[in-house]
Amino acid sequence: MAISPPLGREALARRLEAAFDVEFTFHKVDHLVEILAPLERDTQDFILGWVERIASTNIQVSYEFTRRVVEALDRLDRRVIEAWAVHAMDTYDSRGLRPALEVLFKVDDFLAHAHAHAAGAFFDEVKTVLANFLCGLSGRRLELKSGEQPYTDSEKLFLPNVTAGMESEADNFLLCKAQVAFMWAQTRFGSCRTDFDTVFAGFADPARALSIFQALDGLRLEICLAHELPGLWRDMQTLSARHGDAALPPPWQALAQALAARPEAPETALALLNDAYPLDPPACRIYQAALHPQAIAEMRNARMAREKMLLRVKLAQLAEEHRENPEAQIPPADAAKKPAQFEARQEGQGWELTLDDQPIAPPVDVNQLLTSVLLDWGEIPPEMLTAAGDGEYDPALYEEKEKNPDDVWQGTYHEEGAHLYPEWDHARQHYRKNWCVLREIDLKPGASGYVDGVIEKYQGLVKHLRRTFEAMRDESRLLKRQAQGDDVDIDALVEALADAGDGREMSDQLFMHMHRTDRSLAVMFMVDMSGSTRGWINDAEREALVMLCESLETLGDRYAIYGFSGQTRKRCEIYRIKTFEQPYDAATKARIAGIVPQDYTRMGAAIRHLAKLLNGVDAKTKLLITLSDGKPDDYFDVYRGAYGIEDTRQALFEARRSGVHPFCITIDREAKEYLPYMYGHANWVEIDDVKKLPLKVADIYRRLTT
Amino acid sequence: MDSPRPPAESHFITQEPYYERVGTEVELFDAAYANGLPILLKGPTGCGKTRFMEYMAWRLKRPLITVSCHDDLTTSDLVGRYLVKGGETIWVDGPLTRAVRAGGICYLDEIVEARKDTMVVIHPLADDRRMMPIEKLGQLLQAPREFCLAISYNPGYQSVLKELKQSTRQRFVALSFDYPKAELEAKIIRHETGLDEAATAKLLKLAEMTRNLKGNGLEEGASTRLLVHAGKLIAQGIDARAACEGAVSLALTDDDDMIAAVNELIAALF
Ligand SMILES: Nc1ncnc2c1ncn2[C@@H]1O[C@H](COP(=O)(O)OP(=O)(O)OP(=O)(O)O)[C@@H](O)[C@H]1O
Ligand SMILES: [Mg+2]
Repeated sequence: MAISPPLGREALARRLEAAFDVEFTFHKVDHLVEILAPLERDTQDFILGWVERIASTNIQVSYEFTRRVVEALDRLDRRVIEAWAVHAMDTYDSRGLRPALEVLFKVDDFLAHAHAHAAGAFFDEVKTVLANFLCGLSGRRLELKSGEQPYTDSEKLFLPNVTAGMESEADNFLLCKAQVAFMWAQTRFGSCRTDFDTVFAGFADPARALSIFQALDGLRLEICLAHELPGLWRDMQTLSARHGDAALPPPWQALAQALAARPEAPETALALLNDAYPLDPPACRIYQAALHPQAIAEMRNARMAREKMLLRVKLAQLAEEHRENPEAQIPPADAAKKPAQFEARQEGQGWELTLDDQPIAPPVDVNQLLTSVLLDWGEIPPEMLTAAGDGEYDPALYEEKEKNPDDVWQGTYHEEGAHLYPEWDHARQHYRKNWCVLREIDLKPGASGYVDGVIEKYQGLVKHLRRTFEAMRDESRLLKRQAQGDDVDIDALVEALADAGDGREMSDQLFMHMHRTDRSLAVMFMVDMSGSTRGWINDAEREALVMLCESLETLGDRYAIYGFSGQTRKRCEIYRIKTFEQPYDAATKARIAGIVPQDYTRMGAAIRHLAKLLNGVDAKTKLLITLSDGKPDDYFDVYRGAYGIEDTRQALFEARRSGVHPFCITIDREAKEYLPYMYGHANWVEIDDVKKLPLKVADIYRRLTT
Repeated sequence: MDSPRPPAESHFITQEPYYERVGTEVELFDAAYANGLPILLKGPTGCGKTRFMEYMAWRLKRPLITVSCHDDLTTSDLVGRYLVKGGETIWVDGPLTRAVRAGGICYLDEIVEARKDTMVVIHPLADDRRMMPIEKLGQLLQAPREFCLAISYNPGYQSVLKELKQSTRQRFVALSFDYPKAELEAKIIRHETGLDEAATAKLLKLAEMTRNLKGNGLEEGASTRLLVHAGKLIAQGIDARAACEGAVSLALTDDDDMIAAVNELIAALF
């Protein structure tokens, strides 16, 4: 392989000047050139690549990066430098310029954590697998979140952003897993139901009592884990040994033996607290998570009251359903007055409920409530199994409230009820996490007579279309000359008889077989509602939709229509025009009429969201058809230009990988330049006349279904 | 695509199949059979429906003819068709016709997969007429007393297209199947694989874990069948983790994150 000569000073200067836009920013590049000039070409290329990528996010950040990178290169390998750069950009995204520069200035801080960045387990990378792992373990449904250090509040488990206590990446993952299992055990085996205040109040030094209890309880949980998850327990011991955790002092070994008598109850640890109090607590094992009595108690108190209410309200509903059931034999007299009293018994993983001596299968949510109550109380107190009386609780307390997305922009900005989507930054070659905030909104209906008007206007075309689509509906092919089939193929038979008469061998392929293509198709139309469609394009879109609906109704395939627009990444909007479930009725027609130009086109987020909806539909073939006037664009934003095209392309790529076929129908004359790049050559059409549009869709259909 | 389908297996079952009763399904089936009522087995995959049918066929001493339905299965595939052999046309009975003639038990597995038009022959068989029209022969077969029609259906994979129509489902006596309770499932696994109690208990715990994941990334938890598979591999001397990864996690899903999570659960157990 030929090694290219290093870039000269002049070439370096030009690259840097371009990256920093010096014409406008007046950054000096001379001293940077001096730093880069003596390096090998390969290193120069590596640095310049990152300089340019970072500059696409922010020039200042890139400039500061360049000033420091060479010195850092002496000490760090490239993987760490990349992590450093990405970390700075992520910081810029989430917290702004100052903190991002901070990351660069404090290179030593970062270096101190360099190991973490090279071999650590990142929360973002492990959370999917570990959250599923956690879900597989029994008990209350727990959430996995990132936090300062590993601990649980009995509903959420926290893991730090980076876990790097061990040497290797694999061990660090295992450590996360062990910590998760340990915290799960804290909720599962009763540590969290301990009444810490009362217990520790009796000790001269409550803090010491806590740490002693924690040590005892840790030993107890280890015994539980060894029994429940023996494979993991072996791994945990290996981790502990590799980390060099100190061996357990003899008095503690004796305590561990005492705990083994009844490890599943926290009372076993509490009973030994007095004995252990004078001892020094042993060093923590690496996988142990600290107990936070405060956090646990707060959660638990709120939860116990809430779950008692929820359980009793749900039981009241169950009792009502049960008693309405004519087959149920209800002791006639007291049925009306006394609140129903249930009994609950644990049955394997689930629960069995009985009411009036009759078994009732508890629904999933009741099952989970019972499990959760058991974890908090150690049993199910009978008063919790008394159905709530009428009006005993204020419905406002248990009925779930939803925030109205329309209210989002009034008052303070919030992200509740919104969907967050990543966005692909091509310059950075990384996703920006949780970058787009997207909401679904009901479209306001327009004029009611609009659709009928369009049908009248295009009467002939609509009829023609219906016929085209009708023909497609029963696209059955008659296969001739088959060895078997539903009917005799007369032509073949006559031939065969003639053959037989001539003494030749007779064919046995004498049947016709009707081959029907079972259509299992779902189509999602994604309609551009950006401001640039104002005028005839918007009219074209609406008219086309009317004709498409008319045609699709004859076909009986499932279809949905959504509009998209928005302004900036914090406000991506998706307008519901017709969901898969909604019929093509007067209300839907009015919404089609109501499609009016709004703001901008941030396409990536819309594609990601609609592809997700489409993937929720059970169909063999899934089509995502975009009706748009042009390329992606957003308000005073990088989304205009290459960035938007690349993100859209990436989103389409993701959609395709998930099994969706994307198509684009465009009314943009310049589309040839970039649409093939985004959609692939075969998957877009340009249309200059609305009347052609439904026919094109019919074409696309045919291509995919035959 | 249109080659002749292999003939459905038909046989008298001479050896008692191993079957553990879960509830009152045997009595219910007996009663329905005695009254000439058709039977619908509902339940998730791999929970013992086929085994139950084999057991009942043995018990009632009737031949069992099983047809696995698929989306290309036509009425002719069930009823029969003309074939040409050596210049002559001969009629060949389909599995359903054979079962009717022989007074056997016809078990149509995953009925919703079959083409809608197959219902035309099933409906008259499944009500009190117990008749089967063979249009091509111009015949109307009366099913003998011994004949029994049973179909299976898994309501789990809900899809608007694949639901059983009311006019079909209301003809059948339904038996609901589910994974057996832990103790019974353990007994089944021990019997089918020869594993000891400790190893069986771990398999059951794994099953529980995957069933917790149902609806949270998995379409379905591990069935009794998967546990039996894993158990057989382990009994054969395969390392337990490898056996479960092959027989359980890869069999459950194609989603990489999910496979990884199930593998972590396996590694935690074994
Ligand atoms: N009650 C039972 N008694 C004995 N074995 C059982 C029982 N339930 C399940 N099994 C075991 O589970 C395996 C799978 O059961 P089977 O093949 O009958 O499932 P199925 O319900 O027919 O599944 P599918 O719907 O996928 O056809 C059997 O081979 C058997 O080993
Ligand atoms: Mg079966």
